[in-house]
Amino acid sequence: MIEKVRPHLSQNEALLFERSSPGKKAYQLPELDVPPVDPAAALGAANVRSEIAGFPEVSEVEAIRHFTRLSTWNYAIDYGMYPLGSCTMKYNPRVNELVARTEGLAWAHPYQPEALSQGCMEVMARLEAALAEITGMDAVTLQPAAGAHGELTGILLMRALLEKRGNPRKKILIPDSAHGTNPATAAIAGYEVENIKSTATGVLDLAALEQLVTADVAGLMVTNPNTLGVFENNIIQVAEILHRKGALLYMDGANMNALVGIARPGDFGVDVMHLNLHKTFSTPHGGGGPGAGPVAVKKDLEPFLPTPRLRRAGKKWAWDYKRKHSIGRVRAFYGNFGVLVRALAYILAHGGPGLRNATVDAVLNAVYVRKALEPHYDLPYSSPNMHEVVFSDDRQASRGVRTGDIAKRLIDYGFHPYTVSFPLIVRGALMIEPTETEGKQELDAFIDAMRSIAAEIESDPQLVKTAPHSTRTTRVDEVGAARKPILRWKP
Amino acid sequence: MVPENLRYTKDHEWIRVDGEVATVGITDHAQEELGDIVYVELPKAGARLEQASSFGSVESVKAVSDIYAPVSGEVTGVNTALADAPEKVNDDPYGEGWLIQLKLSSPAQLESLMTPAQYTEYIGSEK
Amino acid sequence: MRYLPKSDSERRQMLEACGLSSAEELFAHLPEPVRLDRPLDLAPGISEYEIVQYFRDCAARNAADGYQSFLGAGVYSHYRPVLVDTVVSRGEFLTSYTPYQAEISQGTLTTIFEFQTMICQLTGMDVANASMYDGSTAVPEAAMMAVRATGRDGILTARSVHPEYREVLRTYARNQGMPVDEFGYVSETGALDLEDLESKIGPQTAAVIVQSPNFFGIVEQANAAAEIAHRAGALLIMVFTEAVSLGLLEPPAGADIVAGELQSFAISPSYGGPYAGVIATRDKFIRQMPGRLVGQTVDSRGNRAFCLTLSTREQHIRREKATSNICTNQALIALMATVFMTVYGKEGLRELAAQNLAKAHYLAGQAAPRFTGPFFNEFVARVGSPEEVNKRLLKQKIIGGLPLGRFYPELSDCMLLCATEMSSRTAMDAVGRELAASRGHAAAPAAAPSEVLA
Repeated sequence: MIEKVRPHLSQNEALLFERSSPGKKAYQLPELDVPPVDPAAALGAANVRSEIAGFPEVSEVEAIRHFTRLSTWNYAIDYGMYPLGSCTMKYNPRVNELVARTEGLAWAHPYQPEALSQGCMEVMARLEAALAEITGMDAVTLQPAAGAHGELTGILLMRALLEKRGNPRKKILIPDSAHGTNPATAAIAGYEVENIKSTATGVLDLAALEQLVTADVAGLMVTNPNTLGVFENNIIQVAEILHRKGALLYMDGANMNALVGIARPGDFGVDVMHLNLHKTFSTPHGGGGPGAGPVAVKKDLEPFLPTPRLRRAGKKWAWDYKRKHSIGRVRAFYGNFGVLVRALAYILAHGGPGLRNATVDAVLNAVYVRKALEPHYDLPYSSPNMHEVVFSDDRQASRGVRTGDIAKRLIDYGFHPYTVSFPLIVRGALMIEPTETEGKQELDAFIDAMRSIAAEIESDPQLVKTAPHSTRTTRVDEVGAARKPILRWKP
Repeated sequence: MVPENLRYTKDHEWIRVDGEVATVGITDHAQEELGDIVYVELPKAGARLEQASSFGSVESVKAVSDIYAPVSGEVTGVNTALADAPEKVNDDPYGEGWLIQLKLSSPAQLESLMTPAQYTEYIGSEK
Repeated sequence: MRYLPKSDSERRQMLEACGLSSAEELFAHLPEPVRLDRPLDLAPGISEYEIVQYFRDCAARNAADGYQSFLGAGVYSHYRPVLVDTVVSRGEFLTSYTPYQAEISQGTLTTIFEFQTMICQLTGMDVANASMYDGSTAVPEAAMMAVRATGRDGILTARSVHPEYREVLRTYARNQGMPVDEFGYVSETGALDLEDLESKIGPQTAAVIVQSPNFFGIVEQANAAAEIAHRAGALLIMVFTEAVSLGLLEPPAGADIVAGELQSFAISPSYGGPYAGVIATRDKFIRQMPGRLVGQTVDSRGNRAFCLTLSTREQHIRREKATSNICTNQALIALMATVFMTVYGKEGLRELAAQNLAKAHYLAGQAAPRFTGPFFNEFVARVGSPEEVNKRLLKQKIIGGLPLGRFYPELSDCMLLCATEMSSRTAMDAVGRELAASRGHAAAPAAAPSEVLA
């Protein structure tokens, strides 16, 4: 019995270009207080465009209705849980939106005099310090724009340190359970990728690691807990093997939501890591971004951090551009400041003890879901899980139903799907991460939905295979979209 | 479906030989595993391929598979029809879904490939 | 804690259901040496009111309030229509995830499709992606595209491309085996030195990168550069940092890839980010393009629908062979730009650009422009000591132009000034007076529009 949702009227809405007609306006500019200038005279006639062909013209009412109608076609955290593994879709606190729009912060130009930017610099310095404390590392850069960007920065830092030591080496080891950005990043940083398999209990194989770490290996990229939600309990030995052979340990911080206040990567041997502020630190996903991917390092790597760095000059903050060992810039200006404000607001709201409590709740929620669903779905790894749990669709596959179908049926129950078919080492994976901001009611509703779907698969698999049934669109033709791509509107 | 007049690789390519010229494609098993194919990346005519090296890729919506040369040779023909109709690889993998034609440089390499019986057993055990 | 929706009694119930007697048991499986044995050294949590106050105090130590700014240089002060925040503050847009599940993401997917379309219309390109992190990272991504498309490895960039963008390009290029060389600008005009370009381009050049309007605000003859590039078998990458310029300026027909920054479209300057970059290109380079793409399709009932497509280029499928490692797109920021473009529309964007042109030319009439080339809303003024001028302007609560010496030692007697539709005549007159004083003349009266050689 589906309780969380019921059918509801949703408005149709065309594309802006289809709503457009000449002469409609949604704007009014003030009168010019200076003489107008003839564009052709000032710029050269050849440089002036005649019009922006096809650009929409709509009124303000049509504009607001357009976007409002479209918005109602989206699911969102504000509607309910996203059980997406490794995404950490937690509540986006609204006070964060307010403070990011504080005028003196929102209108600050990155090139305005430092004497007039002390407030912005204070925010960044405070966040750097908090993240260093949370990760147990020595220095933090807030420059990278997203997780993958942070990964690239981190690998470039490793390369720089190893180069300084005489040999940048050629390969990076990556577990077969890793997120796709890891090997992609290593390749962009100019390294070859070598895969390392996990053991039957889902963690890194120490013996295999010992073999694979040669003088050609620059480092290992690990996610901890890994993408199965399992803590790499040999992590200290992993670090030891790498360090003994002159290699470095990189940690993908995507799963920090299981560790904040409980364990610190800097304490268990990590040399460099990135954080995803849009995961652990609650900054909103906004339909796909922006995020921010700060990188935290041990002091050996500090000299190589991107330029500029914040430093204290007497009673003031200043930007230090004199960093001759720096890897350079990874983006213009200083970082996604607006996102950093939101992350700091989140940290201030929780405080030290609060952050730990959040972690405890996150793990409790995932373990609770695991316990409740174990009788219904196959658990490929019996190791204790932390903030997320991975099931497989083995049991259901015998009825011809795969994880993708179950995910689509979950939509009919009023939830966003969990992460489908990842990690790759589990066949037909269902990766579930509730996060700490889900209450017992929402979790129980989710569990009931998953149980109900498991039962439906027994009695009426077709219902599940053809889901979802109650959405604005049915499943879309992704094959057609890829074979004959239509990537823009044309009249 | 495993036609009798072809030879097979463990990466699920097939090769049909007519004298010094061979035609290469991917097997029925491969296209089924991949699902609906949306794009095929192929080399240009004249390219020289080494046995077991990757010469292109086949894409479905959610996956990409490299395709490997069963034997060494020079590319003499490319199935350009696949640019507009990649689904031919799904519908007729041994016929209209052919990928490239090769002029063999070492015909002896054919001996190292699987017979239809061996390939049938191979895909049976893979499951 | 107000963000944690469980009561203590619910926690107890849940622990019981898990067969645990305390929450600490959840972590019992962690090896002892990894466990943090002390609380985090961070102050306890504070109330919502205190959080708001904290950031207000920080902002008070910043000057943006009540100061008029004439800074541009890649980040522009344009009016943000109210509708922008109204739309992006809706929870359905703000708190939604990447639209991998098309059935429940048609809102996001549709707006991205509209965004892609409008960028194509503005830049004259065939296809645009759903945004990159920002303009500065879009440039190396475009360069890597060109390398993939041509099979060559060298990049030639104009020195008049934003200096920090060039720094980012070098950071990426260093690790890709992608040599980067630069060509200069003509000292008199501030425009591309095409002779220098001719002398440096070669058979290994994958792409030539130019920016228009360039860092000095000068509108470039990008088609002439394109011709040189194409003759040598290289691609032309056109960069823009001031998106409003596209309201008036004809996009260069010879560009193969456009890489730009959309901050001008209702994205707060916000001390450097988050912004939204974009890459747009011709149909033939589509498979080399990084970043997310939204495509049109149908559902099983034949209704039009949208979905992410051509995903096999991306990291989650191709992994180490991906076109990029990028995962995010700046969806919410791109949405701000989309709403901005909708509010202004076809005529409004043109009028906005025309106002910017007028304001900047008015200001330039009271300055001594260093270059004779045509400019949009920024120009370089020769002022003797830019730091001195800015100090005096600050006393009048005006933030002057960017002293250029830090990026171009040969221009250390110059500053880069930007005027937009938000620059008031009064403030511009004040700047004009200071500039005149620094040139040692008597205060100049309000000047007629300057005659600029086209």
